Amino acid sequence: MSEPHPRRAAVTGIGVVAPNGTSTETFWKSTREGISVLDRVAREGCEHLPLRVAGQIRDFDPPSAIEERYLVQTDRFTHFAMAAADLALDDAGLDRPATDAAPFSVGVVTAAGSGGGEFGQRELQQLWSKGSRFVGPYQSIAWFYAASTGQISIRRGFKGPCGVIASDEAGGLDALAHAARAVRRGTDVMVAGATEAPLAPYSVVCQLGYGELSTVEDPERAYRPFTAAACGFVPAEGGAMLVVEAEAAARERGAPVRAVLAGHAATFTGASRWEQSREGLAEAIRGALREAGCAPEEIDVVFADALGVPEADRAEALAIADALGTHGTRVPVTAPKTAIGRGYGAAPVLDAAAAVLAMEHGVIPPTPNVFDICHDLDLVTTRARAAEPRTALVLSRGLMGSNSALVLRLGAGDAS
Amino acid sequence: MSRRVAVTGIGIVAPGGIGVPAFWDLLASGRTATRGITFFDPAGLRSRIAAECDFDPAAHGLDAEQIARCDRYIQFALVAGEEAIRDSGLDLALENPWRVGVSLGTAVGGTTRLEHDYVLVSSHGQRWDVDHREAGPHLQRAFAPSTLASTVAERFEARGPVQTVSTGCTSGLDAVGYAFHTIEEGRADVCIAGASDSPISPITMACFDAIKATSPNNDDPAHASRPFDADRNGFVMGEGGAVLVLEELDHALARGAQVYCEISGYATFGNAYHMTGLTTEGLEMARAIEGALDQARLDATAIDYVNAHGSGTQQNDRHETAAVKRVLGAHAYDTPMSSIKSMVGHSLGAIGAIEVAACALALTHQVVPPTANYETPDPECDLDYVPRVARERRLSSVLSVGSGFGGFQSAVILNLPREKTE
Repeated sequence: MSEPHPRRAAVTGIGVVAPNGTSTETFWKSTREGISVLDRVAREGCEHLPLRVAGQIRDFDPPSAIEERYLVQTDRFTHFAMAAADLALDDAGLDRPATDAAPFSVGVVTAAGSGGGEFGQRELQQLWSKGSRFVGPYQSIAWFYAASTGQISIRRGFKGPCGVIASDEAGGLDALAHAARAVRRGTDVMVAGATEAPLAPYSVVCQLGYGELSTVEDPERAYRPFTAAACGFVPAEGGAMLVVEAEAAARERGAPVRAVLAGHAATFTGASRWEQSREGLAEAIRGALREAGCAPEEIDVVFADALGVPEADRAEALAIADALGTHGTRVPVTAPKTAIGRGYGAAPVLDAAAAVLAMEHGVIPPTPNVFDICHDLDLVTTRARAAEPRTALVLSRGLMGSNSALVLRLGAGDAS
Repeated sequence: MSRRVAVTGIGIVAPGGIGVPAFWDLLASGRTATRGITFFDPAGLRSRIAAECDFDPAAHGLDAEQIARCDRYIQFALVAGEEAIRDSGLDLALENPWRVGVSLGTAVGGTTRLEHDYVLVSSHGQRWDVDHREAGPHLQRAFAPSTLASTVAERFEARGPVQTVSTGCTSGLDAVGYAFHTIEEGRADVCIAGASDSPISPITMACFDAIKATSPNNDDPAHASRPFDADRNGFVMGEGGAVLVLEELDHALARGAQVYCEISGYATFGNAYHMTGLTTEGLEMARAIEGALDQARLDATAIDYVNAHGSGTQQNDRHETAAVKRVLGAHAYDTPMSSIKSMVGHSLGAIGAIEVAACALALTHQVVPPTANYETPDPECDLDYVPRVARERRLSSVLSVGSGFGGFQSAVILNLPREKTE
């Protein structure tokens, strides 16, 4: 538990397909510049729904990224996952011959919170308008939560441990932690992360029941956590996959260790019980620090959950102070997701990706659309801040009550 | 010395009877609980049979609010959870809530309610631009798969790691496996583990119709699920849930708890072959069995019983037989291997947990449940499938395997407590 792990889990590749960039480079450029891409929902069949603003991916061309035979049997969320996995593996320098040499040494774990909603709605429509014989053969493998893990495994020939965490938002961090544990248990490489595509009309209808959802019409005002104007969160599609690799395996093949997944903990405090999430999140932070062998003062930046609900924002600010002590009010905190929305399980994976990039580039990205902070936090607003973060804390909470914290340390050739 | 994990409580909602005594009675008698679908009019479907639970949530202690708010599969988990906690004798008020976790699996989660409300908002599939005003008040809970573990965690006031696992048909085994690792790695002392699914709905039945995975033996539902039999022609859809209380062994012993058995090994691998297809070699399932054996520090010859995935599709039963023979070698022919899906159907994500529970009960009773309906041998499936009649046998280590969409292959090993050798 608190002893250092002999097999440390390193991040060696990052693949992002997000509303503000369909490559890791464009995502990072947009994120560090603090450009908000939140916009009016422009999806066929959604025009009349009370969700007005979302983070949408507009420049992703599935056929250019994914072979036809995989496209036809998968939903948009799996298109994102396959594309992000490709980007991450390319980034890590792991090509097909490399992974084919030891297929049982490469596993896949994804978090999934919304499933293949668009595909599912289309097939439900076939069933109920025409009859059961009109349901296609791929509905059974496209709609369910395990689709992305299965398809990545098959498409890339990975036979290692495969997992699917169908938890809430915090499940994204839990999936990364699951990967780190698989590495510690002996698997060399895990492709881990989450992507979501929750913007089909029926999926949106399902989300309207979340009391925390923002239905504000103005994209610049729809998602403003930590302010007096906080009015809920804006959903998003897309996500990220990371290559999590045994540090020794990475070094052996000469791949840079970009960061280390040093510590994680998860707790539960009840669905939408935001006041109680203070205690749960603080406990998760303490657990993650303990596993990482990390003192509170070592945390150089916090990527906040930033739900955008006043009670939840207050609980998070207090949890950071509870767990980090006086350092909690001094450490830079950021929430770049205000630029792109919250992609459920994918949101904290994008934050983890941004955290690695922030440490590598020596800059903390800002929190767009957020100005007057009403909590005792050093929130990085407006523009990026130069810094030399070496240890980052990523936080996530889910609508169903999970709290999760992840400590990432800069790798940078550090062989300790 | 690594931490060991005990099973100290079991709860079950399964076709043929609710609760552990009714479940075990069904398995020990070899009766089947498959029948024509009654939940909706299955006319037009290729497979119109299922193993349905006769389940009255109110009779099992759920109040009106819980019944309205919770999808059927969550009701199963609450009722099974209640039974498991009661059975374990655990007083949760005395536990540190941060050290109590939940790990529950489901393959299709809230799809039954998702479909129900879809019909309302789409005017029976007539519109893509669905009308949100027609949606029911609990739809978002059906949309979010994490509702399963969350609802159970709230009920039992667990505050540790709470996860919903959804790896298709291996969800139940994987949820138990994750819980086992959670305790073993020291992230919790107690874990409420299991799985639940209620997939008997038009969309899910139509899904499996479309790929001809389910049995069309509509004229003889009681004998439709025929794992390993030469005349098998698909699985029979089921529903249900099982919850086990997993506990760090010393924690259980310190409070004088009954210990059904230990969970001592778990592994999972992907076949990277096909989302629904299986190879004939069973190489990856063999690897999962080997991984679980390694972790349990057991030799393959120590396995006394194999609880098969045994879905009753042509390809599954061949694949699985090959995998077991690959690892157990000649010992496979001396080892009984049965499929309870012959009796309770295939409840997708739930069945793995129900099968782990069956293994724990088999160890307790020293009885191997049979494969009902097994009559005609298939030359490609040449092991001892325990035809029709349960069998007394000395059991100390048993293996449960699962195989599912996505190509996932999982294995769990349970054994009677061994001497502590610290």
